[in-house]
Amino acid sequence: MKTFALAGNPNSGKTTLFNALTGSTAHVGNWPGVTVDKREGVYRGGAENVKIIDLPGIYSLSPYTPEEVISRNYIVGEQPDGIINIVDATNLERNLYLTTQLLETDVPVIIALNMMDEVEKAGDKIDAATLENALGVPVVEISALRGKGIKRLMDRAVAMGKERKGSTVLQAVLERQIQTACAYYAEEDVKSPLFHALKLLERDELELARKGAREALERAAAGEDLEAVIADERYKYICGNLCGAKIKKSDDGALTKSYRIDRVLTHRVWAIPIFALVMFLIFHLTFSENLLYLNGFTDSMGWMPSLVDLGLAAEEDGAIVYNNFGVELLSVIYDGAVFSPGVMLTNFLNVFLNHITDGVLTLMERGGAAEWSTGLVGDGILGGIFAVLGFLPQILTLFLLFSILEDTGYMARIAFVLDRLFRRFGLSGRAFLPMVMGFGCSIPATINTRTLADDRERTATIRVIPFFSCGAKLPILTACGGALCALAGMNNVEAITFGMYVLGVCAAVVCVLLMRNTSMRGETPPFIMELPAYHMPGFRNLLLHLWDKAKHFIKKAFTVIFASTVIVWLFSHLDWGWHYLADDKMNESILASLGMLIQPVFTPLGFGAQLGEFGWVFAVAAITGLIAKENVIATFGTLAGCVAALGGNIGGIDVNEVIGAIDGAADVTAMVSATGITGAGILAFIAFNMTTIPCFAACATARAELAKGKFKWTLLFWLAASAVISSAVYTVGEWWWTLFIWLAASAAVTALIVLRNTGKFDVFKAFHRRRK
Amino acid sequence: MIKLLSEFTAGERGKISKVTGEGRVRRRLFDMGVTPGAELIMRKKAPFGDPIEITLRGYELTLRKTEAACVEVEVL
Repeated sequence: MKTFALAGNPNSGKTTLFNALTGSTAHVGNWPGVTVDKREGVYRGGAENVKIIDLPGIYSLSPYTPEEVISRNYIVGEQPDGIINIVDATNLERNLYLTTQLLETDVPVIIALNMMDEVEKAGDKIDAATLENALGVPVVEISALRGKGIKRLMDRAVAMGKERKGSTVLQAVLERQIQTACAYYAEEDVKSPLFHALKLLERDELELARKGAREALERAAAGEDLEAVIADERYKYICGNLCGAKIKKSDDGALTKSYRIDRVLTHRVWAIPIFALVMFLIFHLTFSENLLYLNGFTDSMGWMPSLVDLGLAAEEDGAIVYNNFGVELLSVIYDGAVFSPGVMLTNFLNVFLNHITDGVLTLMERGGAAEWSTGLVGDGILGGIFAVLGFLPQILTLFLLFSILEDTGYMARIAFVLDRLFRRFGLSGRAFLPMVMGFGCSIPATINTRTLADDRERTATIRVIPFFSCGAKLPILTACGGALCALAGMNNVEAITFGMYVLGVCAAVVCVLLMRNTSMRGETPPFIMELPAYHMPGFRNLLLHLWDKAKHFIKKAFTVIFASTVIVWLFSHLDWGWHYLADDKMNESILASLGMLIQPVFTPLGFGAQLGEFGWVFAVAAITGLIAKENVIATFGTLAGCVAALGGNIGGIDVNEVIGAIDGAADVTAMVSATGITGAGILAFIAFNMTTIPCFAACATARAELAKGKFKWTLLFWLAASAVISSAVYTVGEWWWTLFIWLAASAAVTALIVLRNTGKFDVFKAFHRRRK
Repeated sequence: MIKLLSEFTAGERGKISKVTGEGRVRRRLFDMGVTPGAELIMRKKAPFGDPIEITLRGYELTLRKTEAACVEVEVL
């Protein structure tokens, strides 16, 4: 099978073309640098199948960022059968700069002139034949988004010869120098000698590391600074010989569409309020149970009737019973207030899941199944998995809204707007994307930090990514938030959720500041970034993206979470002698004794020894969360049945409410009333789960991405950060005056760091001196 | 008249005459098309006054003032 590599500028439509070629669901975003690792797919549309490698987007083949190194090593080192160089026709000049470098390798090149439809829409014209003659390689017009011209592109690509001799547009200007450098590489016996020769003349770090390279450069360049000359000549050649193919109708100075949009979105005054509003809307649309504020801002102001008030439903034994299925469907969108789309979808899925659970349990009871088996299926398996699955709609809604921001190009503007702020913390605005991606999932976010050029900035960013609460942690926020609301009689789950997200972001900011001033000190990395043109998000791409996320989540629910809930259920229903225990004997189980063992550790955090008899459930939930964060609520879902069975014995908990609902919030409410945990304790529990060691998969990714030896410190950092943050949340929530102690402590730490960094007084050194 | 790109005000046009600075920043500027001879328009400053946005070679580029100070531009 032939192998072709896709290479091109970031944001030139490379990943869209990759999707169109391979039918894959790779992630596409309107942000320079979304693809950060190479991916493979197979094109099956032609006479023979062709393997396609999607390389990270690059502006040049200089080793400026890790992604450029990946692309360069692949192209020059592995020599694919050909390079499909995707060129954004709306931005010919800068895109062809990379092309001039690709042509210097010995690999066959074909140019895919993308976004031709946009060029024509603007009234401009590009003559592909002229371009083809000037470059000496095939040029094919395509539209990756609409799938036009792709067959022709691949047919011509496959028909290309196997061999091509590198050629350079710099031949006329630097003939002597190139010849001398080439002579050096002829002895070195490398592939694509012309490419290496020109990189050497550019004083490329990777080439200079070669033995004898410095002397060869001296012979060729004679001390002259060729770096500027080469870049300049490449652009001169492009302007002089290639851009003639483009006939422009519109004047450059005219206000382009993107520029007009930016007059508002990156406005000096309005940019920040608009950004804040956009963020608020995203959370409101996803989490609000009072979408239009028709019902006032709090429960007490409410005047709209609930379904029970309307007589359409009745409260029986604490559970809501609807008059008919129609009313049940109505409750999906309205019950005392109009819900947000995210909540509506969640409710709809929960109605569906409720009926499945009921159906399965009724069938099992009719079939005469044993008590333990209905318990295992109802509480253990369905209770656990559905408690998590029920949050899928909200996760997807949040994800969809963030994807739209990314695809339209607004995210890149946010980096532009916030860069100054980020610099205060020693990061560049570029670090914003991986952090925001962290709201979706830490794994792609961690991989995406490769777009950051500076190692120390990368390490600091990777460490705080888990603080940007990911989709899997969302159930913890909403379920615990919901329980807290039920406890306090509020209806502002979204405020708690939003507040917790903000706490995570603040924690990240503080930790970055701390690291950049102590262990990760270094200069603020440069910020030179393209602001891509705004465009409408591709509907198909958005859906593919969502489907990918949903698939991943469902798969996880039925594998890792399934296994964990079964194990949790078994251990909570078996004693050390492997005897089955009924639900109300939970406290004699293996799980209980293990939980009680670690329970005291969490005492300063508010969910340890002070919770008494059943307090160990919180400790167990936090530990199972290390496998996958969804497990935290799944564990509660599994154990809720047991707590309900104990109903009569403990803190006034309503048995029917817990059995009737599969909602995660009800499960947590059961835990709350069983243990008597305080509001501050719940908040501290959320904070702990948000900031502690992330799931196994995220840890493995962080380990792979971090420099050697940094991972163990990162683990320690996560443990320390979560312990400090959640004990602060707990103590301040419980005894408000402890706030002053925390403030004083942070002031002292800040003072010590400032004194040390200004060279006035170093505690560590002073300590060492005294010991000597 | 020649001045540094970092001293440009919104709406000013210019032609790059020289790129100073060193190493990676300079390399990056070249790769993004900031080379002598290129014409540019200073578009705007970000809300906090930094970074700046310029139009160059038909696209929008953003860079900080510290990096813009490496670019000498002839005002047109």
